[in-house]
Amino acid sequence: MHQIQCPWCGVRDEAEFQYKGDATVVRPTDDTDEAGFFRYVYLRDNPKGWHTEWWHHVAGCRQFVKVVRNTLTHEISTSGTPADTLEVPES
Amino acid sequence: MSVGGKRLDQGGAIDRQRTVEFTFDGVSYNGHQGDTLASALLANGVRLFGRSFKYHRPRGLLGIGFEEPNALVELRSGARAEPNTRATGIEIFDGMEAKSQNRFPSLAFDLLGVNQLFGRFFTAGFYYKTFMWPAGFWEPVYEKLIRRAAGLGTASRESDPDHYEHSHAHCDVLVVGTGPAGLMAALTAAQTGARVMVLEDRAWVGGMLAFEDQKIEGAPAQTWVDATLHQLQSMDNVRVMTRTTAVGVYDGNVVVGLQRVADHVAEPGLGDPRQRLWILRAKQTIFATGSIERPMLFGNNDLPGVMLASAVRGYVHRFAVTPGRAVVIVTTNDDGYNTAFALHEAGEPVVAIVDARDKSGELAKDPSTLGIKVYRGSLPVKAVGWQSVKGLVIENAQQQRTTIDCDCIAVSGGFNPDVNLYSQTGHAPVWNESIAAFVPGDHRSGSQSVGACNGDFSLADCLSAGAASGASAAAVAGFASSASGAVPSVRGEHPGTIAAVWLGRSEGKVFVDLQNDVTAQDVTLAEQEGYVSVEHTKRYTTLGMATDQGKTANVNGIAVLAAARGQAIADVGTTRYRPPTVPVAIGAFAGHERGKNFQPIRKTAFHAWHEKNGAVFVEAGQWLRARHYPLPGEDIMAALKREAKMVRESVGMCDVSTLGKIEIFGPDAAEFLNRLYINNWLKLPIGKARYGVMLREDGYVYDDGTTSRLGENHFFMTTTTANAAGVLAHMDYHSQVVWPDLDVVFCSATEQWCGFALAGPNSRTVLEKALPGVDVGDEVLPFMGVLSTEVDGMPVRIFRISFSGELAYEVNVPWGYGVAAWERFFAAGQEHGIIAYGTEALTVLRIEKGHAAGQELDGRTTAADLGMGRMASKTKSFIGQPMSQRAGMTAADRPSLVGIKVVDSSQRLRGGAHLFDRIDGVDSRGSIGWVTSVTDSPAVGCWIALAFIKGGSEQIGKRFYAHYPLKDEVVEVEVCSPHFFDPDGERLRG
Repeated sequence: MHQIQCPWCGVRDEAEFQYKGDATVVRPTDDTDEAGFFRYVYLRDNPKGWHTEWWHHVAGCRQFVKVVRNTLTHEISTSGTPADTLEVPES
Repeated sequence: MSVGGKRLDQGGAIDRQRTVEFTFDGVSYNGHQGDTLASALLANGVRLFGRSFKYHRPRGLLGIGFEEPNALVELRSGARAEPNTRATGIEIFDGMEAKSQNRFPSLAFDLLGVNQLFGRFFTAGFYYKTFMWPAGFWEPVYEKLIRRAAGLGTASRESDPDHYEHSHAHCDVLVVGTGPAGLMAALTAAQTGARVMVLEDRAWVGGMLAFEDQKIEGAPAQTWVDATLHQLQSMDNVRVMTRTTAVGVYDGNVVVGLQRVADHVAEPGLGDPRQRLWILRAKQTIFATGSIERPMLFGNNDLPGVMLASAVRGYVHRFAVTPGRAVVIVTTNDDGYNTAFALHEAGEPVVAIVDARDKSGELAKDPSTLGIKVYRGSLPVKAVGWQSVKGLVIENAQQQRTTIDCDCIAVSGGFNPDVNLYSQTGHAPVWNESIAAFVPGDHRSGSQSVGACNGDFSLADCLSAGAASGASAAAVAGFASSASGAVPSVRGEHPGTIAAVWLGRSEGKVFVDLQNDVTAQDVTLAEQEGYVSVEHTKRYTTLGMATDQGKTANVNGIAVLAAARGQAIADVGTTRYRPPTVPVAIGAFAGHERGKNFQPIRKTAFHAWHEKNGAVFVEAGQWLRARHYPLPGEDIMAALKREAKMVRESVGMCDVSTLGKIEIFGPDAAEFLNRLYINNWLKLPIGKARYGVMLREDGYVYDDGTTSRLGENHFFMTTTTANAAGVLAHMDYHSQVVWPDLDVVFCSATEQWCGFALAGPNSRTVLEKALPGVDVGDEVLPFMGVLSTEVDGMPVRIFRISFSGELAYEVNVPWGYGVAAWERFFAAGQEHGIIAYGTEALTVLRIEKGHAAGQELDGRTTAADLGMGRMASKTKSFIGQPMSQRAGMTAADRPSLVGIKVVDSSQRLRGGAHLFDRIDGVDSRGSIGWVTSVTDSPAVGCWIALAFIKGGSEQIGKRFYAHYPLKDEVVEVEVCSPHFFDPDGERLRG
């Protein structure tokens, strides 16, 4: 059971959040070709180690929280808002 | 020679003044307060506790704690029966019933014991080999046979009358186990002021001290245990929970504990749960779970009477019971001698000590002065006996064999630190040669192992390491140590080395895993057949996969595998332990979240009215919706047809409160909608509603609904009931992450505004009557118009939209006005015979109009498939637009939405039927479409349906066959427009 630091609400239990996947993918601009959108919609890396991902605080402030989590150890190193650039430790 | 166990005349921590009566397999026995089922049965001379899993061999007691593999019983009876409980952990109470398991027809005479004569069929992987052929025999024959022959207990088929609850708690330092190390850790941590929780599996604290005859500070250890417990319980920052087993360790230092609140009494006290599952979050966790003695490998080592030496000693000290009257000790280490001394002290004869070593360490006493014969450098070969132990054959280094008559063989193969919880944290134990056992390696941050579970077996080490761990854990949790750090003094120990003995000189059937009936031969065979990884061997042989997770089996199994592979044990490694450490009843995991409490029930604002007016409800997700309102004698078909007919002919009201509702504000609100929906929103006038379709980013249709502009920067969106939460999250993501530059805010208003549809040719008249003085004429409120007004202080939003195809309005009022508003409108409609209609009639009406709903919006249809391709804007981009242009999404042969109706009006249609151009000889590959929503239409006069078919509207007028193989039905149908009723929409413009 994780505890996640929501930038707006403080430390909250994992049960309040919904996992929303890879936060490193960025929606392409509208003029991007089909292949670009295909990558955005379907292709995800499956890294072993540190990973930046979205946790949606659905049962709280409803904000998307950016979380750096280690997929191997489940440690969380840091979290922030979508605008934050978070430091990712070396895996 | 008298045989079997008996109660000693004195000693033990039992209350001899209090006799407890219980039954085992229907036979009545007496025990004392403080007995476990195991100790009480031993005291009564019972040796046979169960039959083994595969071979139905007789089995007795092996251990004294939760490691017990054999003595599993069904506890209690009837609805409260619980299978697979360990006799070693059950506290007896008056009237308690227990039954042995896995015997047929009786424990002493078991017909299936012949299985052992066919032992070669039950070797490693027997499931995969023996029952391979013929395949048709699997389900009807083999599976039934296996289930009868091989199984562990039977669950009650009755509903459990007791309740189970969940509790959450936080602490600074959590200590699991209350042996000397655990108690010292808890005390030292507590003295810093840290909040400490202590879990103990048993009903009492003290761990192994309760089974030993040791002294602390010169007094019996129990004195120190009692004083320490008293000290802990007097502190406000400490909570000691007995009868609570740590069953799992999870991320974030969460430990789950199972508290057996009422398993030691017949029925839980008033309001008490039977068990409580604790979810404990600790800053620091200290595992002080002790160690489990390792059985030894020799022939017939599963016979009743073969027991762990430490368990034999424990029964003598704690329960004043000797398990046998002629005990042989077989040991690889000094600890076995202590069992001989304990029995001798109790006045019980010890026949011999068989020591694998030539030389022991420094012992408390000299066995020879006690008249106990010691066979040094000797190993067990096989036990002798049929139903229980009658003797032991041993062999010395010169290969001379001796047979010793005995009724109990107390074995000590060494001690395995209990690394179960440690292993669950994701770290691998490492092999320690000096104690011939796996010990914890690196720890996960925030946890540590201490005492015997860390490989420290001496009392002095346990106490000092416990104190150190308590202080360090508290310090990391932020509590400076102010404790005295005084560690009580004990007698020094100078143990000798351990002889790591595995298969030794064993002969015959040697059991490694008693609970799953896995032999050393099975492990060797698995290795020969190529299962060289320990994880593969485990699964192929089922070693360690029973309810005890191989607590007494795994290390022996790994050693046998290592020998077969010619490798070191350290290189073979261990399998990973997983929660739960002991079997946990499903009820404890479910807690109160079962039955109607499994999930919340959502009721609309009009629910009370529906109930009062005879509605039958249907679940829609968490919502309860009124399905229909049958009149006396009406079935559902009659009711929905009457309701639908009344809407077409006069007027009806339908609760639509469950639709998702989202209020959207901001200067960029229109632009936001423009990106969410496929159609244009920038020019929607204030006071107008528009139907919108939104796609997922992959190009398929996600959701639909009407959204209205209530002000320049204020929109009111509706979503389908099913997608209300999902659409809101979809909007959250895009506004916060993708387009944070858009100035827009929104929130759910689903439970702030309730709503009903008012539909039918008389709906405007009813509206006028219900809202006197409010102009609702075509000028003010045309089709797709929106009006916000107020009547008698009640805010009202009226949307002129129609799902039924009739002149219709959706009326929204704040949730709290719900019933008052409904009654006001219903009263206004009395002169027109207004009725309430449910979701069934709603469906009839929408199918007759060809409106797509959940069955059509199944996540695999495009806007074009639904006949809404032309709605998509070509002049803007929107979510899903790029992917909706892929070749497969725009292919001409995609099935698209049509209507179908039966050719023979006496036949019915079924949702899910597939369309073919042939009446027979079809298979799934020839399907050209499928039926989604069906209804027996009052307006059309026969069964009609919405369907997807290749070619879509080009097929109109053609006939096909709807095949429904589940009921072996084939119905001829004709394709038509999905707009069955009033295709030009004259009625809704009224």
